[in-house]
Amino acid sequence: MNNNDEIMIRAEALTKKYGEFTAVDGINFSVKKGESFGLLGPNGAGKSTTMRMIAAVSKRSGGELTILGKDPDRDGPDIRAHLGVVPQTDNLDTEIKVKDNLYVYGRYFGLPGKFLREKSRDLLEFAQLTEKADAKVDTLSGGMKRRLTIARALINEPDILLLDEPTTGLDPQARHILWDRLFRLKEEGVTQVITTHYMDEAEQLCDRLIVIDQGKIMAEGSPAELIQRYSSREVAELRFGSDRNATAADKLADLGDRMEILPDRILIYADNGEAVLEAVASRGFKPLTSLVRRSSLEDVFLRLTGRSLVE
Amino acid sequence: MSSSSLEKKALSGAAVHFGERRSSKAGMFGAWYAAEHRLLTMRAFVSTIVATSIFNPLMYLFALGVGIGSYVDRGAGGALFGVSYLTFVGPALLASASINAVFEETSYPVMGGFKWTREFYAMHAAPLRPDQIASGVLIAAIIRSVFTVLVFWIMLRLFGTLPSPRAILVLPAAVLCGLGIGSVMAALAASLKDDDGWFAMINRMVIAPMFLFSGTFYPLEQMPVWIRWIGWMSPLWHAADFGRWAGFDHTVEPWLVIVHAAYLIALAGFGWFLAARQFARRLEE
Repeated sequence: MNNNDEIMIRAEALTKKYGEFTAVDGINFSVKKGESFGLLGPNGAGKSTTMRMIAAVSKRSGGELTILGKDPDRDGPDIRAHLGVVPQTDNLDTEIKVKDNLYVYGRYFGLPGKFLREKSRDLLEFAQLTEKADAKVDTLSGGMKRRLTIARALINEPDILLLDEPTTGLDPQARHILWDRLFRLKEEGVTQVITTHYMDEAEQLCDRLIVIDQGKIMAEGSPAELIQRYSSREVAELRFGSDRNATAADKLADLGDRMEILPDRILIYADNGEAVLEAVASRGFKPLTSLVRRSSLEDVFLRLTGRSLVE
Repeated sequence: MSSSSLEKKALSGAAVHFGERRSSKAGMFGAWYAAEHRLLTMRAFVSTIVATSIFNPLMYLFALGVGIGSYVDRGAGGALFGVSYLTFVGPALLASASINAVFEETSYPVMGGFKWTREFYAMHAAPLRPDQIASGVLIAAIIRSVFTVLVFWIMLRLFGTLPSPRAILVLPAAVLCGLGIGSVMAALAASLKDDDGWFAMINRMVIAPMFLFSGTFYPLEQMPVWIRWIGWMSPLWHAADFGRWAGFDHTVEPWLVIVHAAYLIALAGFGWFLAARQFARRLEE
């Protein structure tokens, strides 16, 4: 079977304008079956706008977009019948029970009641919410609501699951539970499209991603490829205190492959971070704090745009 | 059950149930699926809805029948058009009750569906089209209106104020009257980003004057000509006058009966169209 190369989403010169403002500026990408595809970028980069076009609820202003072989401008409801959507803002019905939320949502797809009652049970178990089946949504924690929204998105057994900022606003523990659930879905072969401004999330969840800034694609590849292409293996982070970072940076500029000076710290990119720290010490500099870490997507983004992701 | 077989179970099986039929089914019945959700939400308030539907007419029947009615009926000119005062106001009260019931479903709940619960966005992420979502809201409002009006109608019948054999026609007139106001209201509520006192203002500046100046409590002809236009514009007058013709054989010119019916149908149709258009604008922006 060779359906792993099946293209689920294809965008060519995809553009979205709101009046004079261009939110998405001619981007190209495609998503294959079973793939976890990420859109990484800061707030306002055009991720959510792109997501709304993929979800077939917002019409494009230009370019081509094909989802499951269909044109969302013409076959919106047809396409949406095969998508699962986890929106950025929860839109659960807080006035009815947890299980009723799954039921009414399944009804939107015309699924029969008997099927939905069984399916809801399985999905609540998957989302670890079985005990909450009869609770009102109001009583759930943020993480539980997110898991319920994901369970709801799976009620129609979607071919593509769209997740817009799935863990924004969640505490670390809730995020890890959610990541685990999403990873299991990936193992089951569910195609996922994820927007996020957290690089650790993108590294955890995405096979391949595009880095977007100001509506344009800055880079594309797997997290490891992007790091290899745009950053060094390691990074030495040095803090000299806000007023002294700049002067220290002047005298350390020749160390490593590249340097970024941020308001609160200096980043020196090198294959061997420890060697950089030793060189800094041997020149008589004593940073207040220093650490060596692996390069991350954050560094890729910094390199590409000169800005950090979360500002 | 092992967790991986559980996941497989959670993730498979719907294809058997619908496969490609998924969207075509939503295409035909989508509006009803949206209405189902509204009705499920209403179920949480069912006791208040039932209580109001019963208490409200009783209150009016008592106040206007026993209170004002007995006074008017004994008054100088005698009974209005030869019927009791309660018989005269009955059809108008019925239409007014329908307006209130529909207004409650199409004002705050519609604005909230976009702004607070965002449930319309959830429906739209599924295969439902904006016009189906708007229709779902209106269908649920009609169901509530039918219930309210039916309870009221039965009470009026029991009080003997709807003697005509064609009194059943009072029902659709009242429901259409509520729908006419409610659908325009839904369109407006769908365009509002914030309440900003709009609903309170509409209640005071549109609904209340309409209630008072549409020939509800006295014949429209009692008003000076220059203020009668409120009645002519108002679906409440059309529903009330039509209802009097249907309910107790009040003399209304045949052409005017047709105008009343046409006006009520046209306004409901126009409002429905407007609501569908505003839902689409909001959801697809």
